Amino acid sequence: MLLGAALMMSSCSDGRVHSQAVYMLVDTSGTYAQEMNKASKIINYLLATLNPGDSMAVAKVETRSFTEKDIISRVTFDTRPTQATAQKRAFKAKIEAFANEVKGSAYTDITGGLIQGAEYLNETRAGTKTIVIFSDMQEELGEGTKRDFPIQLDGIRIVVLNVTKLKSDNADPRQYLARLKRWESRVRKAGATDWEMVNDLENNMQRILNIR
Amino acid sequence: MNDWHSWLFWPDSVALSIFVLSVLALLFLYAAREPMHLMIHSLCHLFTQTSRFLARWLFLTAEKLQQRNRSVLLAHGEESAALLIDREFARVGDIVRKDMQDYPALQRKLLEEVTRIEEDYHKCGEVPPPPPEWVDAIESVSQIKSGGDMPRKLLEELNKSIHKIHDKTVGEYRHSYEDRHKILKGMQPSWRSVDKMLGEIDKKMVTLHGNARQIDGHMSKFESLRAKDDKTEHALTVSAFVQLAISALVMVVALGGAFVNYKLIALPMSEMVGASDYITDSLKTSDVAALVIILMEASMGLFLLESLRITQLFPRIASMDDKMRHRLMLASLIFLVILAGIESSLALMRDMLVADKAMLMRDLASAAPPAADSWLTNVPMAGQMIMGFVLPFALAFVAIPLESVVYSLRTVIGVVLVQGMRGIAVALRFASVLFKRMAKVLELVYDIPIVIPLKIERWVVSLRNPAAASATGK
Repeated sequence: MLLGAALMMSSCSDGRVHSQAVYMLVDTSGTYAQEMNKASKIINYLLATLNPGDSMAVAKVETRSFTEKDIISRVTFDTRPTQATAQKRAFKAKIEAFANEVKGSAYTDITGGLIQGAEYLNETRAGTKTIVIFSDMQEELGEGTKRDFPIQLDGIRIVVLNVTKLKSDNADPRQYLARLKRWESRVRKAGATDWEMVNDLENNMQRILNIR
Repeated sequence: MNDWHSWLFWPDSVALSIFVLSVLALLFLYAAREPMHLMIHSLCHLFTQTSRFLARWLFLTAEKLQQRNRSVLLAHGEESAALLIDREFARVGDIVRKDMQDYPALQRKLLEEVTRIEEDYHKCGEVPPPPPEWVDAIESVSQIKSGGDMPRKLLEELNKSIHKIHDKTVGEYRHSYEDRHKILKGMQPSWRSVDKMLGEIDKKMVTLHGNARQIDGHMSKFESLRAKDDKTEHALTVSAFVQLAISALVMVVALGGAFVNYKLIALPMSEMVGASDYITDSLKTSDVAALVIILMEASMGLFLLESLRITQLFPRIASMDDKMRHRLMLASLIFLVILAGIESSLALMRDMLVADKAMLMRDLASAAPPAADSWLTNVPMAGQMIMGFVLPFALAFVAIPLESVVYSLRTVIGVVLVQGMRGIAVALRFASVLFKRMAKVLELVYDIPIVIPLKIERWVVSLRNPAAASATGK
């Protein structure tokens, strides 16, 4: 009877996907590359919070970011906790190695990173998909880089972290606010389910993920 | 806000409009008085009859249910009493069988002792001394009629001989007594042995007497159960309530144990069945798997106790032949030991997983490693492993209170149902009485607003027919 009940329960398993996938974009352009220590802390927080079966990728934002080459590390954690722990350790090691040799890029292609991130997240087929952008959100495209077209971010949460104010923002705060508004409007138009901004990383880290 | 103004004939003259409306309403109510009274009466009658019908049905059903509960309760009580008597008889049978087995030896020993005592008794018997020879000699001397000093000398010689013989005889007699005393002394152990054996027999007889008294007690209870009197039914019902309370308490304690057990194995189960699979929104497959393991342990314990005939939830197991039952008992025990072993291993794995995760967290937080391990850090691990092995066996005993709950809950639910049905029936009966009286009250309430037209009607009727009017007024 118990076995039957167990089989019945397994056959009636929840159809929803409970796994999470996080794609983190780390801005390495200009002086923002110096913020890599903060980015490492956030990555560590994500590693500590994500569960077995979840997926995670960290990519850098460069001159042209719509490429797999910019993905520093990606992993789908094993469903066994021991294996997942080992994978997290390996992931952390890769990020540390990258942090030690990070170089600033000339331009900042956030849109390209978003498209790449959406592609990765859709491939994972996770239940909750989140793109975390660690950047000042000041996009600067190089010559010949085309990004002025609608993008698709259906079912993806967008969380922007540590949006630092530029010198020009300090002079005219409207620029900062307008920049953020523009990005929010763009991602919502692209189908993003949520737009979240976290600047106080010490106290609001839990807002990055939809923790079960 | 001004919705009620739409009811007014002349919105500008509210008072007039209200007055006209009231007059119209009064006229309507007066005109509709008879059908309204009929309707009130019919509705109240309908509610009264329905309530009465339902109350009666509930009383009857409660009665039937009580009869059924009573028969089940008494049958169960009879069965329990019969079982107790059976066990008491079996105990007496065991004592008797055991004693009867020893009885031939005991009897033989007693006979031997008795024979020995008899022989010794015979040996101790006083042997009368042979009649003295000198009596014949004196008779012969006394018959000598002449001879001078001859008889005197003979008598003197005889006296000497007598003294000599007397001394010899007394010596022999004393020697003989000494021998008899020795025999009697030798008989002492035999007496003691006989006394001890008789004491043992007496003790066993006392035990048997006690058992017999217990059987008498059970038999009188059984007889009262057979008599099916109210006192017995009440006693059994109270007993069922007490049993349910005690069993429920034990079950709660067992549930606490099961919860601890669950906590021990839920995390490591994710290593086996995966940690990312969900059955419902918040229920992990690994949690359910842990629960299934615990339920399997409880089931194995149940089968073990069933096959040991401690509980009797499954008649099929109870009616199995001894060989089959023994096999089932062995199989249950083996499964239980295996599950306990698995759980102990899972408890160890849990400790390892927790330690591994703590280490990862330290790595991620770039915190310093903890102080060097001492034997104290292994104590919780050992405790978890021991608990993991012991708890399944402790859980096995849940079958006993479970059986009590199953049997007593039926009685308790039955009693609660009967009382509940009776309570509802009484309430319905009360409602029926209320509705019956309510009809008249409602009629009167209806008549209050139209009291003026009614008075006018009576006045007109009295003008036309004073006799009828006085009768109506009355």
